[in-house]
Amino acid sequence: MKELVVISGKGGTGKTSIVAAFASLAENAVLADCDVDAADLHLILAPDIKQRNDFIGGKRASVITEKCIGCGKCAQVCNFDAAVFDGPVNDLVRKTYKIDPVACEGCGVCVHFCPADAIEFKDAVNGQWFISDTRFGPMVHAELGIAEENSGKLVSLIRKQAKQIAAQHNKDLIIVDGSPGIGCPVIASITAADLVLVVTEPTVSAQHDLERVIELAGHFKIPTLVCINKYDINRKMAAEIARKIDNRNIAVVGRIPYDTTVTKAQIAGQSIIEYSNNGLSEQIKSLWLAVSERLAGKEVG
Amino acid sequence: MFSRTLVWVPEMSDNFTIAVASGKGGTGKTTIAANLASYLTEAGENVRYLDCDVEEPNGHIFLKANITTVENITVDVPQVDLDKCTACGKCGEICQFGAIVCIKEHVMTFEPLCHSCGGCRRICPADAIGKKPVEIGRISVGKAGKIDFVTGKLRIGNVRTPSLIKQVKKHITDDCISIIDVPPGTSCPVVEAIRGVDFVLLVTEPTPFGLNDLKLAVGLVRQLGLPFAVIINRHGIGDERVEQYCQSEDIDIAMKLPDDRKIAEVYSSGGMIVDLLHQCKKHFAELLDYLECAKEKLNEKRRLRI
Ligand code: SF4
Ligand code: SF4
Ligand code: SF4
Ligand code: SF4
Repeated sequence: MKELVVISGKGGTGKTSIVAAFASLAENAVLADCDVDAADLHLILAPDIKQRNDFIGGKRASVITEKCIGCGKCAQVCNFDAAVFDGPVNDLVRKTYKIDPVACEGCGVCVHFCPADAIEFKDAVNGQWFISDTRFGPMVHAELGIAEENSGKLVSLIRKQAKQIAAQHNKDLIIVDGSPGIGCPVIASITAADLVLVVTEPTVSAQHDLERVIELAGHFKIPTLVCINKYDINRKMAAEIARKIDNRNIAVVGRIPYDTTVTKAQIAGQSIIEYSNNGLSEQIKSLWLAVSERLAGKEVG
Repeated sequence: MFSRTLVWVPEMSDNFTIAVASGKGGTGKTTIAANLASYLTEAGENVRYLDCDVEEPNGHIFLKANITTVENITVDVPQVDLDKCTACGKCGEICQFGAIVCIKEHVMTFEPLCHSCGGCRRICPADAIGKKPVEIGRISVGKAGKIDFVTGKLRIGNVRTPSLIKQVKKHITDDCISIIDVPPGTSCPVVEAIRGVDFVLLVTEPTPFGLNDLKLAVGLVRQLGLPFAVIINRHGIGDERVEQYCQSEDIDIAMKLPDDRKIAEVYSSGGMIVDLLHQCKKHFAELLDYLECAKEKLNEKRRLRI
């Protein structure tokens, strides 16, 4: 079983549209949306949710108001400024402390040091994750709650579930829509994957981000390919990107032109392959071929 | 809706922090933040631009700042003095992140997992745990023309994004307008970047993906109780659903920047659209009027509070 992760560094390069197109081209794959922060793949794949689960990413503190003696120890030991002197009155004091749930890191230090045993420490439901059926095969995806943390943990969970499903259903490939950035969710998206495909575009910003993600993939020693989307908005820069990454021995396996079909397909809720049969689809098919060959162990470039 | 007839009055510049955010990446958030900073400066304001998109800071591409100081940012992780340690195991018990464990006679730390809560140090009965700074990234400070420029950059392979953002935000002062370039998404780094700001501008695109991510971002700013408005970038490429959504939710649209190949080209090579494209100025002037009204409202609130 192989795992392909599609990432972009910077968002908005067309990563999810390419993943959706791959989903409709792959013969026997499980789809995983690890862009948990801004999940969009479901808008194209229209998953039929079969199983719904709570995601518990960690714990969170909360003050039991009746017990608080207003001593301020919690605020003194909290390194995240999450304990604030702003709680309601009780029988003991005029003002109690309370915990700002958004700021709380769930470290439990205040819980331990509260002299009145007035702080509860409970599992925090940070979101939900789903196992679904789609017209292209099974899909694992999630919804992170608003202002929630632990997205890295959720990403790892989705990948683990996708692997289990792939094993159960004899699927030979997992296609992961990865997270943007170079921080904790994207690290959780790519560690130990078989292949990373970076979708970039010829802009100074995207080029800058591309270098950072390539460095990251290199840091974790994961084989990497690059696809330049909208290459024709700045051909000179597209050529420069290709030259630069060639120096790092990374192949450009696709050059996709700017095409309004991408947005039109999105509005129609279809993958590019389903929506049209124009040159763009052909380009994406040849990109898919190159990626599949590389997954099968052949050198491409 | 605010009226759009007011003009921007320079002496009102002090103490206003605007966060430019977007649920989805690649909506043009940095372009808008940088151009807004530049346009405000042209209008006579003192402006500080703070790039809090520390995983992929791109503000410098547009603002081309002259960096004068670079600061290494560190966080403290535990340093165990094995001579003092009695192997009581208390540090491992309090740590919620598996970053310090005591196996038999031996204490081990796993620095990448540490959240720097300080719990182990506080609990250690033998006073065996000290602090060790580890670098998570850098903050560069300089000038981009008249704009005060601050940018953070996370070290590759590091996960302490919110800690670095917090340090970047320490550079906010109350004698100028601060513009924060917020990382994309809606999770912890975003929360850290927009906490406590005066106003949030949510940049989106009129597409199904844009709308989906905008809804998440709106949920976030509403939960944090921050005043906000939407900016539609590449107006015209998609459909009407973003505007319909804003209308039904009673959300102001502060600016619509048209989809224009020229803007895309200027952007692709790192140029400033307010400098190079005359028609963009008009849009930013409207945005300024809008923000001026938002600021008036805030000042009124501040006065009432005093
Ligand atoms: S440490 Fe406990 S008793 Fe003291 S203020 Fe905090 S919650 Fe209240
Ligand atoms: S659990 Fe940790 S972060 Fe949360 S309030 Fe207590 S000390 Fe602060
Ligand atoms: S500082 Fe906190 S997170 Fe780090 S090792 Fe100690 S207890 Fe664990
Ligand atoms: S708490 Fe202190 S004494 Fe106990 S095991 Fe940890 S380092 Fe050693």
